[in-house]
Amino acid sequence: MFDIVYQYLPYPLAYSLIILIKIVLLVVPLMVAVAYYTLAERKIIGFMQIRIGPNRVNLSIIPGLNLLRGFGQPIADAFKLMFKEIIIPTNANRYLFVIAPTLSIAPALAAWAVIPFSETLWVANINAGLLYILAMTSLGVYGILIAGWASNSKYAFLSTMRFAAQIVSYEIAMGFSLVGVLMAAGSLNLSEIVAAQQGSVFHWFWIPLFPLLMIYFISGVAETNRSPFDVAEGESEIVAGFHVEYSGMLFAAFFLAEYANMILVAALTTLLFLGGWLSPFQGMGVLEQWTAWIPAPFWMFAKMSIFMLLFLWFRATFPRYRYDQIMRLGWKVFIPITLVWIVVVGLFILAQLPPWFDSTPITTALASR
Amino acid sequence: MLENYLPILFFIFFGLLVGAVVSILGFVLGSHHPDPEKNSPYECGFEAFEDARMKMDVRYYLVAILFILFDLEIAFLFPWAVILRDAGLFEFTAMLIFLIILTIGFIYEWKKGALEWE
Repeated sequence: MFDIVYQYLPYPLAYSLIILIKIVLLVVPLMVAVAYYTLAERKIIGFMQIRIGPNRVNLSIIPGLNLLRGFGQPIADAFKLMFKEIIIPTNANRYLFVIAPTLSIAPALAAWAVIPFSETLWVANINAGLLYILAMTSLGVYGILIAGWASNSKYAFLSTMRFAAQIVSYEIAMGFSLVGVLMAAGSLNLSEIVAAQQGSVFHWFWIPLFPLLMIYFISGVAETNRSPFDVAEGESEIVAGFHVEYSGMLFAAFFLAEYANMILVAALTTLLFLGGWLSPFQGMGVLEQWTAWIPAPFWMFAKMSIFMLLFLWFRATFPRYRYDQIMRLGWKVFIPITLVWIVVVGLFILAQLPPWFDSTPITTALASR
Repeated sequence: MLENYLPILFFIFFGLLVGAVVSILGFVLGSHHPDPEKNSPYECGFEAFEDARMKMDVRYYLVAILFILFDLEIAFLFPWAVILRDAGLFEFTAMLIFLIILTIGFIYEWKKGALEWE
């Protein structure tokens, strides 16, 4: 596909150019997805509460789309935020205040570098993929910490303290559930983790690692600071938390980062536990033949959208947790469960429990090839 | 091998660029009418009467310290987890002993009340 670039340019330049094209091809749809995810959120929560949601801004220029009321809302929102004044409070640390949104959005986007959408569709296929994602999601905390500190406002400060302690607590549970996945897959490379789940729906890791799937996703909700764990934003107690002093595009950057992170958690849950791009009809004879024409990324996106819907559903359903309840859930429920389940997975592996752990591990298979 | 990591470097710079462009766009396009009342820190209509950097609860520090301990354990588990399927009973038992020691520490801090938030 990119052969033509190699023909006309020297190798290093062509290679860099292709990487840049790939990055743009990933980030632009991601941004559009983020924009329409916010619309979906408002619409879906609206319908759950028997309202209509945004329905005024239409894209009636494009024929057919005027049936979808409110389809132009994210675009209108983006333009509105662009022309809003950016207020920098007098007591704030100006430089930190201005760079904090950038520090928040950069890792949220950069983490997408290693996400594979099919066997051949990725930007970077590195061996330490999962480690890199852990590093990037941890780095995202700094943006919010710096934002809360630099604002020099009481609400922002309180929010930052809560946020830091919450993130840190749930990262442990998240890390332990990732250890479970690594044990089962025997690799840190995301493509190889998916390859290890090949076979059928019942070969995916969601069955042997079911408690870890639950804990991973709930920790993901807590890490992205979403309802019911959104004490750091907590509109009813501390106004808007760490971004109470932010306005205009600086606020939009935080917003983009949060939603990009939510989609990232959905993608990771899919890759680690639900077989990524693998078809759910694999190994089902006739059904597999009938659905063979569907491209692999479709399955990936379909599974991701389930988790993305769950994020919204949680928000519409659960009341906000109290802070001590959040900490109790993280430390006293999730960590003991993951510790026990790591040992259980270890026993599964020692017993070579079919169908997940009886074949040769993927790393050995690759090494002998 | 190292070639695989170049896209990541590019992607991090691209992320920073997106952040910078978004911020600069906001400053360029947005209006700018500073006002002492508007620029004062938000406090629900009150005038801010003391510095926002106040004393904080020591438990936040405690959580941070416990996090460092546990996060190191996780980093320690990663290489073991990756090779476990090629390894045998010996490696499993070795890590089991480690996990038991970790659990004893965890029970100790639980009993000491380090995880209580009232």
